[in-house]
Amino acid sequence: MSSLIEKPRFSCALAAQQTVLAIPGGIPVIHAGPGCASKAAGFAAFQSGLQGEGYAGRTHISCTNAGEKEVVFGGEKNLEQVIDGALKVLKGDLFVALSGCTAGIIGDDTAQVASTFARDGEPVVGVDTAGFKGNNYIGHELVVNAIVDQYVGKVEPSVKKGLVNLWTVVPFQDPFWRGDLEELKSLLEKLGLTVNVLFGYGSEGVAEWKEIPNAEYNILVSPWVGLEIVKHLEKKYGTPYIHYPVLPMGAKATSKFLRTIGKEVGVDEQTVEKVIKKEEKRYYDYFISFSDFVAEQRNVLPYELYVAADSTYAVGITDYLVNELGFIPYGVYVNDDPSSEKADLVKEAYKAVGEEYADTLQFQADGGLITRDIDKKLGKSKKALICGSYWERCIAKDTNNFFLHLSLPISAEIITNSSYVGYNGGLRLIEKIYSYAFNRGNLSSRTHVE
Amino acid sequence: MAINLSLPSPEIRERRLNAILSYNGSASDLLDKSNKGEIKCLGRLYGQCSDCQEGCATSMASFVRGGAVVAHAPIGCFAGDAVRDNAGKAVSAARGLGDFNNSTICTNIQEKDTVYGGAEKLRKAIYEINKRQNPSVIFVTTSCASGIIGDDVQSVCEECADELDKTVVPISCEGFKSKVWSTGFDATFHGILKYIVKAPKKRQDDLVNIFNFEGTDTFTPLLAKLNLRTNYMVPLATKQQLEALSEAACSAQICETLATYISHGLEQEYGVPEVKAPAPYGINWTDEWLREIARLTNRTDLVEDVIAKEHERIEEDLKGLKEKLEGKSVYIIAGDAYTHNLANAVKDLGLKIAGISALHHDQKSDSDEINTLGELVKSAGEIDNFTVCNKQPYQLVKLVKKVNPDFLIIRHQGLTELGYKLGIPTIFEGDANYTVGYDGVIRLGNRLWESFITRKFIQNVAEHTTLPYTDWWLNEQDDPFYYEKGNKKA
Repeated sequence: MSSLIEKPRFSCALAAQQTVLAIPGGIPVIHAGPGCASKAAGFAAFQSGLQGEGYAGRTHISCTNAGEKEVVFGGEKNLEQVIDGALKVLKGDLFVALSGCTAGIIGDDTAQVASTFARDGEPVVGVDTAGFKGNNYIGHELVVNAIVDQYVGKVEPSVKKGLVNLWTVVPFQDPFWRGDLEELKSLLEKLGLTVNVLFGYGSEGVAEWKEIPNAEYNILVSPWVGLEIVKHLEKKYGTPYIHYPVLPMGAKATSKFLRTIGKEVGVDEQTVEKVIKKEEKRYYDYFISFSDFVAEQRNVLPYELYVAADSTYAVGITDYLVNELGFIPYGVYVNDDPSSEKADLVKEAYKAVGEEYADTLQFQADGGLITRDIDKKLGKSKKALICGSYWERCIAKDTNNFFLHLSLPISAEIITNSSYVGYNGGLRLIEKIYSYAFNRGNLSSRTHVE
Repeated sequence: MAINLSLPSPEIRERRLNAILSYNGSASDLLDKSNKGEIKCLGRLYGQCSDCQEGCATSMASFVRGGAVVAHAPIGCFAGDAVRDNAGKAVSAARGLGDFNNSTICTNIQEKDTVYGGAEKLRKAIYEINKRQNPSVIFVTTSCASGIIGDDVQSVCEECADELDKTVVPISCEGFKSKVWSTGFDATFHGILKYIVKAPKKRQDDLVNIFNFEGTDTFTPLLAKLNLRTNYMVPLATKQQLEALSEAACSAQICETLATYISHGLEQEYGVPEVKAPAPYGINWTDEWLREIARLTNRTDLVEDVIAKEHERIEEDLKGLKEKLEGKSVYIIAGDAYTHNLANAVKDLGLKIAGISALHHDQKSDSDEINTLGELVKSAGEIDNFTVCNKQPYQLVKLVKKVNPDFLIIRHQGLTELGYKLGIPTIFEGDANYTVGYDGVIRLGNRLWESFITRKFIQNVAEHTTLPYTDWWLNEQDDPFYYEKGNKKA
């Protein structure tokens, strides 16, 4: 925790402005120094597979641009004026004021300022996301809980059978979040559930958020991020949660996911098995069809696996690549900086990969130490697949090993609706990973090229 | 105005250069009022996110070849580091200098550091980067958090410099201290002048300092025509090259907004003449710039011939472009003096300057002899719709829509998309060196034309865009500067 950081992979709590932007109609208002919102967007919206500003992000983000005057005399008045302006100038359904380091240190009460608007019936929420409070994974939880408390509010739940809230990857910080949410929603719908997806293009926006208390279950698909959300919701609305720690990729993991969730929410077993049978049939038809390629090219294909990603992705992809594609994990680096208590949850989830590989898992927020360790372990190997960020891509390029963009920063791949989740995601991964063989020079089964 | 290197950091631009962030009028009116220094930097009641000086300070420090940067900041300030590593690699390759790797580390300030202080963590980070990279020089940048908690960064740097026997340069660039992000350039230049540059061992009469960003190599061929060598500064320079900045024949810059602090500082401290002619954008300014450099380097006998030949060389291309572009209008959004550069270049293509939004405006310069806005008015005539606005797309959208130009040119990350959303053929001036010189005018014309012939994409974007602004703001409220403090309407 809180180490020095070289080669960064996440931003600060304030970057949870992107969590607000991920809600259709969500408008962040930043109470911070002049560069904070811009830097957070530059990282989370652009070095995340070039996701872009969207409807109201990046330069469009309202900000107090706090200066010396606000630092000395306090900036609450300034924030009030900017929220007031934002409500008049910007078209949105939910305005979330997030404060940064300047406001956090001098003690401006952002939630208090927001509450004066909320009292007048304006959809305004305030949350302290000072950059030194933690990273944007923590910021995501803080923002969601603030919206729950201040916008969804104290209501008597009217539970709807089959309605579930889906909590999983952190929007933007997971570069594939849009596709992932579509895929997870679609999987859960196959079980007959109605899914509040809450973020992304498929969400109904604030209307869904108002429905949060009425869900029968909160489903959390992540080893630790979001746990504070579902626990909070359980306390607030009495909604039980199902914590499924492994992001399902490929057939084995996805079928297991469907079985577990189906059982927990009480979908009858036959329905679940029928879904799985159909999906697996389709999946394995595709799967077998590409295995001819592997059969003939095995000599030049990788098996040594390195993964640098957040806990959700590190566990999910390693599980798939090891247990379905036969990779051997050499180094799996969890880079989202969980507390030691939360790290235990990740270790537990990693058992899905196989207990014999427990010692391949490392927790490392200092990205410079990740790349150094991979470099050292790689030696002269040309048999590695490195899944990670811009920083790992540099190693893969230098050593001519296989590479897959998986974690931030990603500045050399356009990501729209790609997802590696579910049955479809597993197939997509196969395409991406093995097609890389053609990026390493002329590929021919008659010439062994390293 | 004298540069005072005894200060720990430069005076911010709001005070030193009378910088402003908001203005609405015409070029000549702004010039007149700036000359009198009468516009105040008031701020707004509502605004959108700006940028901070830390980004500019780091952009100058982190490309020093062999150097390192310690960011004494929470991780959010440092998260974009990969962009700089990538930019360093790109420019290094483009200039034929081989591989480049960023050497940086962040102290990752935590809540407990804001209570107990972060000085020890900073010391640890300086030692750590020294161990990991063995850099030639270590720059230490600050942040809002480190500034407010009051860490004595300068003392830590001085102690570490002694202990490690290494140059450690404190750069005070707390984001909240200046509303003008360009102040950050001055902050790093201050550190370079104060801690790195040495007295000249010898004069290099054929060496011209060119202060620029990570642009492509367009100055070498231009200056080679006068048998001069280009000394690109600061990105990709080594510490040794920085030490020898004082040995050059003169200093020039791609943009006065970027570098007058250091070029003027070199003139003041070491007698290296600063090129006072406007930067070489547009044909007439390139002529004047070459003449001035020729004068400073005793090459006046060569220069007229070079100029005549260059005019002749581009004549046909220029004619072709003018036939396509003549009479069309262009709107420019860029940093202060860079808007003047671009405006002076587009006029040569026969384009009409429909309006300009400068991201800030310095009402005076570090050198009393430099006034690029005055030069632009002389060169291109009056320009209506001249505004100053630090990004603020809610204002730009109204300003641009009102003028409805045929083209937009934008030099600032994040704003180009606005042109696309409005359906206007828009180009991003990302590489500031690309429009330099005679060839630069041709390149600019070609890029504009390309944006025009591929406009179906832009139109498609516009057709499916919903802007996030209310009808009241877009259609009922007619003053884009409604929220300006002092504006009675708000």
